[in-house]
Amino acid sequence: MMLTIHHYLIVSAALFSLGIFGLLSRRNAVVVLMSVELILNAASMNFIVLGQLVTPGLVTGKVFAIFVITVAAAEAAVAMAIIVGIFKYRQTVDVEKITDLKW
Amino acid sequence: MDAGIQTTSVQLGWFLQNAWLIPLLPFLAFLVNGIFLQKYHKVAAAVSVGAMGLAATVALGMCLQFFAGDFAQPIMSIRWEFLRFSAGLYAEMGVMLDRISVMLATVVAVVSFLIHVYSIGYMHGDTGFARFFACMSLFTFSMLGLVFANNIFQIYVFWELVGVSSFLLIGFYYYKPSAVAASKKAFIVTRFADLGFLLGVLIVSYYTGTFDFAQLQSEAALSVLAGKSFMGISLLSLAAVLIYCGAAGKSAMFPLHIWLPDAMEGPTPVSALIHAATMVVAGVYLVARLFGLFAASGAGLEVVMYVGTLTCLFAALIAFTQHDIKRVLAFSTLSQLGYMMLALGVSTSENAMGFTASMFHMTTHAFFKSLLFLAAGSVIHAVHTNDIWEMGGLRKKMPLTHLTFLVATLAIAGVPPLAGFFSKDEILVAALENGHPFVFGVAMLVAGMTAFYMFRIYFVTFWGKPYEKDIKRYEHAHESPLVMTVPLLILATLSVVAGFLPFGHNVYYGVPLEHHGVNFGVAIPATVVALIGIAAAFALYSKRGTMAARIANSMGQAYRLVLHKFYIDEIYLFVTKKIIFRFVSEPLHWFDRHIVDGTMDRIGEITIGTGRILRKTVSGKVQTYAITVTGGFLVLLFALWHYSKVVGG
Repeated sequence: MMLTIHHYLIVSAALFSLGIFGLLSRRNAVVVLMSVELILNAASMNFIVLGQLVTPGLVTGKVFAIFVITVAAAEAAVAMAIIVGIFKYRQTVDVEKITDLKW
Repeated sequence: MDAGIQTTSVQLGWFLQNAWLIPLLPFLAFLVNGIFLQKYHKVAAAVSVGAMGLAATVALGMCLQFFAGDFAQPIMSIRWEFLRFSAGLYAEMGVMLDRISVMLATVVAVVSFLIHVYSIGYMHGDTGFARFFACMSLFTFSMLGLVFANNIFQIYVFWELVGVSSFLLIGFYYYKPSAVAASKKAFIVTRFADLGFLLGVLIVSYYTGTFDFAQLQSEAALSVLAGKSFMGISLLSLAAVLIYCGAAGKSAMFPLHIWLPDAMEGPTPVSALIHAATMVVAGVYLVARLFGLFAASGAGLEVVMYVGTLTCLFAALIAFTQHDIKRVLAFSTLSQLGYMMLALGVSTSENAMGFTASMFHMTTHAFFKSLLFLAAGSVIHAVHTNDIWEMGGLRKKMPLTHLTFLVATLAIAGVPPLAGFFSKDEILVAALENGHPFVFGVAMLVAGMTAFYMFRIYFVTFWGKPYEKDIKRYEHAHESPLVMTVPLLILATLSVVAGFLPFGHNVYYGVPLEHHGVNFGVAIPATVVALIGIAAAFALYSKRGTMAARIANSMGQAYRLVLHKFYIDEIYLFVTKKIIFRFVSEPLHWFDRHIVDGTMDRIGEITIGTGRILRKTVSGKVQTYAITVTGGFLVLLFALWHYSKVVGG
């Protein structure tokens, strides 16, 4: 069977949905962060696939994917540092219990 | 554009060319004092007095050179374009020398210098010493700028400047609520009157296309104004009356006189300079300046005459009953200003003797009235009270003050051969010759009244026994220092000799008056009336008797009416508080509070309420937010999908 663009898009949609589900349902901040990574990867995949479709032979879409990976790496580092910091003070990483940022 | 004004191509004397120094010097003194010298009292006084001394010297030189030269046309010492409103209409600033401006500027500079010197002694030890001199210099500058103006716009600018300096000086003791109230009253009343002046300026400049006095009063300009009418009144008369409103406010004519007696809250030198000798005559000067306009409009001049006559009589009546020495002098100033106004009012452009008489009386009045105020200030300085009944017997304690006060009182009463006699005689003759027997009669009556009330305060203050209830006050009284008495003596000399100035030859409108000497038919009755007034005052007040009080009591209601100044202040208060405040200000206040503020308050409350409700959605739970975002996105997506189906389908 041929792999068509639809297959790729279905995979990335599945990844995205998994990410959203994790983001909304998990209590653990680290898992929430991982779900965000899933969403980013779904987006990267869309870039590459649609880039191949729209501008075949060029690297535009791939460059964006590289960008996303880079930014995601930086973001993960910062976010992990924050989570570790929060844990130090509160002995928990449960996002339901970390509700200080409000009026 | 320059027709009618002699340019400086003719070789003029040094003082005439440099007459611009006269206003400039006090202005520089004001700047230096106001900016740098507020903490250095002695230096500040020296700067102001020095500048005024120089200015007075230049003014005297200018006066001599001007009247020796007999110039047919006004001279511009300096002029420049100040504001251009349109291609044809522009306002200048300048120093114009003509007969009346040279005369009044000389009087202002000399009197101001003498009062500056006197103030060194009078204001000694006051915490606002330097501020006082700065303000006095500002005033003198403004007054001189007003006098030297060659166009109506400049006169208006300086008109407001003298108003401001008067406000600053009346409120000089700003820690006294009465002084603050008086300064506000003076400012508001004169500003109210200036509204009329401004409208008049706008009318004449709009229709004649010029501000210049000479062009404004040319045949062409006057006929343009006379040819148009507004609501049945010719624009000429309307403009004259409106401009007269401003003049009446500044010269405190009835019914705008209410600010002047209260203005006595200021220090006495201020009363002498601003509210007796100079600023209050600005109104008379303005009418004289625009005499061509007023004379062309007969009605305008009639208003001037009747209001002047009324004020003259009315103020003299009130002066009978007052017991604050400065207030009596203030009412006497009102009365004398009435004289000057009625003298202008009775003249016509053909027979302008009243014009000369008015200017003459303005000059002599400046000398003897400022002397009266300064002498009164010397007394107040010694006994620390303004109430004449708390003085008494001071002639032995203060011989120089007594002597100079007596000279000034004789001068104002019109006893020959002192200054007031000649100028008052000329006013009376002018009224009679121009066919106003009624005005003449009132003026004659007021001459007697003036003698009476002036000698009343003279006798009560300087004769009789010392005030018994506080004998220490009398014992502590002493003659003022030389720095105060020397100006008194100089002014006393001027009050004696000013009557002999050859006014008819030098200050006139149209053609010079031939020397007519004293008209004995008028002078003898006038002198007799004055002497009767003096005799009556002597009989009633030279000894502390009960006669005066008994007469006052027998008058009953009439006496109380005069004592309360005909309740004019009360009428003003009634009109403002009970009518204007209640029916105009209060509804406006309500509208502002409830409609304007109310709208804003409601908007604010709605915002706050909405915020209070929306605040609950901010829980601080990250995942709630994420659900909102996702849900919102889905809703948006669904809406777009639905929309595209509707549009596409």
